[in-house]
Amino acid sequence: MYPTDLKYTVTHEWAGIEEKTGIVTVGIGEYAVKQLSDIVFLELPAVGDKLKKGEPFGAIESVKAVFDLNSPVTGEVVEVNQALSDNLDLLQTDPYGQCWMVRIKAENQEEIQALMNAGDYEDFIKKGQGKH
Amino acid sequence: MNQTPLYNLHLKYKAHMREFSGWQMPIYYTGIIAEHKAVRQKAGLFDISHMVRLKIEGIGASDLVQRLTTNDVSVLKTGDIQYSLVCNQEGNILDDILVFSLDDGYLLVVNAGNKQTVLSWFKKWAGQAEVKDISNQMSMAAIQGPISQIILQKLIDINLSSIKYYHFTQEKIAGITGFISRTGYTGEDGFELCFASEKAKTLWLALLSAGKDYGLQPIGLGARDTLRLEAALPLYGHELSTQINPFEAGLERFVKLDKGDFLGRRSLIEVKKVGINRKLVGFEMIDRGIPRAGYTVSKDGKHIGQVTSGSFSPTLDKNIGMGYVGTGYTHEGCEFEIEIRGKSTGARVVKTPFYKKSGEGGKKEEY
Repeated sequence: MYPTDLKYTVTHEWAGIEEKTGIVTVGIGEYAVKQLSDIVFLELPAVGDKLKKGEPFGAIESVKAVFDLNSPVTGEVVEVNQALSDNLDLLQTDPYGQCWMVRIKAENQEEIQALMNAGDYEDFIKKGQGKH
Repeated sequence: MNQTPLYNLHLKYKAHMREFSGWQMPIYYTGIIAEHKAVRQKAGLFDISHMVRLKIEGIGASDLVQRLTTNDVSVLKTGDIQYSLVCNQEGNILDDILVFSLDDGYLLVVNAGNKQTVLSWFKKWAGQAEVKDISNQMSMAAIQGPISQIILQKLIDINLSSIKYYHFTQEKIAGITGFISRTGYTGEDGFELCFASEKAKTLWLALLSAGKDYGLQPIGLGARDTLRLEAALPLYGHELSTQINPFEAGLERFVKLDKGDFLGRRSLIEVKKVGINRKLVGFEMIDRGIPRAGYTVSKDGKHIGQVTSGSFSPTLDKNIGMGYVGTGYTHEGCEFEIEIRGKSTGARVVKTPFYKKSGEGGKKEEY
């Protein structure tokens, strides 16, 4: 049910990995979008910002609350999808494709390998360990 | 965790349930924004059974309520409702409540989170008066929105136009006897209904069915919060607390210092004489960002206050908030910054309420 070409974090970010360049594209998955409901605000980092695995690179807000967006890898932001902020409704229909948030030049390939694949992520959600 | 008599119905309507003041309550059914707009445009139905209902009766009931609340109950006739505050001896706010004037005493509607405080406070000062917690026997629902009267009228014999704002009557709604008051917490016209708990499901279903063709839908606490914020109505635990007095909260019109003695009066006379250092304001964001309760308000790097409530406003399509700031920063148009995740984010003081229902003109309703 979750795209198998992506990897996932315990905080429901997805990561698309381009092996040749080591660039990781990051967004949030369907599960997080459903949990958030009424998404009204997105804050993203700037190109050049240095990110650490597991630490916030931005925030997404529903009407009621604020949620951190956590980086799946350590690295530098090379591209930011600024247009997404004005089209948050798109997250409801396709959180994986055009709703990417940042592209990160990953420093450490091992961090990428440590992320969950789609099957593990699905089990993780079924066990009700969702944080968002 | 407490459940209201409507708990199973909420689940049936696929509500997202969450804990609120010790109660399992619906936060939203379809989505907060959609529910918010339904109330502004049509009508919505709320389960507010988590609110506390106290009956004060017997000899000395009036004296007790007069002594423990800041507004003047001596002016009330049967059928009148009064917004009032319960203050401690320091003049700080223990709760904001509704006082219903009955033939044989008073019905007080108290915030769920303050149940123990208010109940023991009233019992402590009761004297000969009787203080009864009837929260379990009675339940409450609110129907709010511009067409709520049209819907409710289908279930009731009397002409609802005869119930004015902040008044109530005892009548049969769909055959179920209860209190019907023209009150609410949304900034819209509407009614709050108080009735025997065993009839809660029947009444809820009757209301939904009467409102089906009008677009009536159940509304969760999420939209209740954004609706009251747009109407700039205070919420206990946010705008009101035991650290805040009525003058700071802008609620002095509900404090009748000349009505005779009441708890907190001496302190409040002093507050009035000395003046206040901070005041509640409403503001809108100039820069991108949503203010949230607890965020720091600053001006040119100096800490001047704190946000008490904030949200995206579905009606205004802006980010708005309320908070306490130093009295030098309360004038309309005053600009300051909200610290959002380490960033100073510009905001500007605006007139409240942020939203006023149409037809209300410039007049502020006194209740």
